[in-house]
Amino acid sequence: MSGLRESRTFAILVVVGTLLVVWYIGSLLLNLQPQLDSYGRFGLPIPALPQLISDLWSQAKPILPAPHQVIAEVWNTTAGQAITSKRSLLQQAGITLAGTMLGFLIGTCLGLLLAVFIIHNEAANRSLMPWIIASQTIPILAIAPMLIVGFNAIGLTGLLPKALISTYLSFFPVVVGMVKGFRSPDQMQLDLMRTYNASRWRVFWKLRWPASAPFLFTSMKVGIAIALIGALVAELTNTGGGGLGVRLLTGSYNGQTVTMWAVLVVAATLAAILVVAVGFAERVVLRRMGAQPV
Amino acid sequence: MTRWQQVLAIAAGLSALAAALASLPSMSTQFLILVAGVLGALSLARFVIYLTYWIDGALAILAGVALLTGLDQPGAALWLALLAMWLFAWLFIDRLAGALAAGTLKWPGSGLIVPLAFGLTLLVIWEALVRGLSIPHVLLPPPSSIWATLINSLPTLWKDFQQTFLKGVLSGFALGTLAGLVVAILVDRSPFLKRGILPIGNFASALPIVGIAPIMVMWFGFDWQSKAAVILCVTFFPMLINTLAGLNSSGRMEGDMMRTYAASYWQSLFKLRLPAAMPFIFNALKINSTLALIAAIVAEFFGSPVVGMGFRISTGVGRLDVDMVWAEVAVAAVAGSASYGLIALIERAVTFWHPSVRGGRA
Repeated sequence: MSGLRESRTFAILVVVGTLLVVWYIGSLLLNLQPQLDSYGRFGLPIPALPQLISDLWSQAKPILPAPHQVIAEVWNTTAGQAITSKRSLLQQAGITLAGTMLGFLIGTCLGLLLAVFIIHNEAANRSLMPWIIASQTIPILAIAPMLIVGFNAIGLTGLLPKALISTYLSFFPVVVGMVKGFRSPDQMQLDLMRTYNASRWRVFWKLRWPASAPFLFTSMKVGIAIALIGALVAELTNTGGGGLGVRLLTGSYNGQTVTMWAVLVVAATLAAILVVAVGFAERVVLRRMGAQPV
Repeated sequence: MTRWQQVLAIAAGLSALAAALASLPSMSTQFLILVAGVLGALSLARFVIYLTYWIDGALAILAGVALLTGLDQPGAALWLALLAMWLFAWLFIDRLAGALAAGTLKWPGSGLIVPLAFGLTLLVIWEALVRGLSIPHVLLPPPSSIWATLINSLPTLWKDFQQTFLKGVLSGFALGTLAGLVVAILVDRSPFLKRGILPIGNFASALPIVGIAPIMVMWFGFDWQSKAAVILCVTFFPMLINTLAGLNSSGRMEGDMMRTYAASYWQSLFKLRLPAAMPFIFNALKINSTLALIAAIVAEFFGSPVVGMGFRISTGVGRLDVDMVWAEVAVAAVAGSASYGLIALIERAVTFWHPSVRGGRA
């Protein structure tokens, strides 16, 4: 029994199980009043408890849908639909994923370039760094709708405007992480490179770049998660283009709570897959670079 | 001067000279550009006599003023003046940064000049490019017109700020941070719960939690309470996982010492482990300060009373009233930077013992 108590998986399962129970109870309590109102409206008596619970868990527009309703909706909109259908959440997720990946790629490259510039130039370090931090206090998500309108006005349509919002969000963790990473080699290693009479670029490619690999992957995990948020919010205006954000918005307008929760579950799954994928790449790359598995 | 600074100095002097020459035909209207250009060209004398970097700064300012007053008639002289301004500003920043790094400039606050000069340069370039190239107002208004809107609609902006920031953000931020802190301290007592909650918390902080905004608006109504609820959810997880990590950061040796003092759980929590967790807690506070504002504004897109920064932005977009939108963005950016700065200041006072603070640079 002590082995079970020590196990991490068991602990996670217990916490998740508790959350599910709380969710079920919450959906009973929150949906009770509207259900009672609806019985009253049709002049029906309040049924016995099993029937009442089953009614509470099968409302069309519940305040808080029960987990199995959400899972059924996710199933119907993914496996239950042809992937070419507009109703398929997989297709919508694909649209969001494309924007996320493009923005994440541009953002990571931009972040790397800025970090290289900053560690090699004292003026850039002093002038750029404060503004890069300040840039993230601009609520870009808040003006994303307007920027999309602006981009459309100059003929940028489709994937790119959405991706640029993701870029703006995802370059930041890469810059901050990589500036730290490029500076992570200690004085002894730098001195060794000096004794080899290595040029700046040699030092960069042979020492700083390999030494910063762990930092790169950590930043990329943060970056890809917020790139997804950026793409999601950017879609809130671009109603023609489709994507998970659009489904969330239409669900919100029509009061389809089950749809909204299903979209959130799909988005969360997508985020999990992306972060796990970066983590997998991290393990492969670091192992090939000779890191000891921890 | 380094090789690079010499290149910059030559380029700056030559472009100033070119600007002066180009302004000769319309000397009467572009007199300031001529003056700035001639003075800039004279700076090439730096290869004979020493010129301090303050002169470069002054030349950049002069070129900037000449540029901004002459924006009504775009032409070669204007663009050359812009180039000269940019190069002089760059040279100034580069030399100033060098002086700061070498420690020859030691006034209090001199470290702020570099980022301020950089920001000012960006603003001038923005203004010049937008007006000089007559970029459509809808796409990007010049800073001057944003500033005018900002000044003219201060009462509206203040009301929006009250609604979104003072009511929504502050209450949600306080609730979410406090909840995260308390839950972390409670969870920390049980190794079993800690093993279960830490991975879930890590996972949850990668999720697009902003997405629950429409649901919260449905539950708690249009007013600020629903925004506070979204912010609570968004700020809870970063605080939870950072505090948990921080509580584990105090060393074994210190823990053993508390044991030899026969310190109770609460004594060692308040005297050792919470203070040791402060760098982590402040890290979460900094992340949360920007997250909270964004969450509030996004939540207002899904429904709000007829006041609030998110409301103003979404109606501004609808009516193509971009000046107002940018004015709100400016307010949000200042509020965000100010809260970030305030938290950073408190952090320096609280975690004065941490190497990153003692070293002088965070």
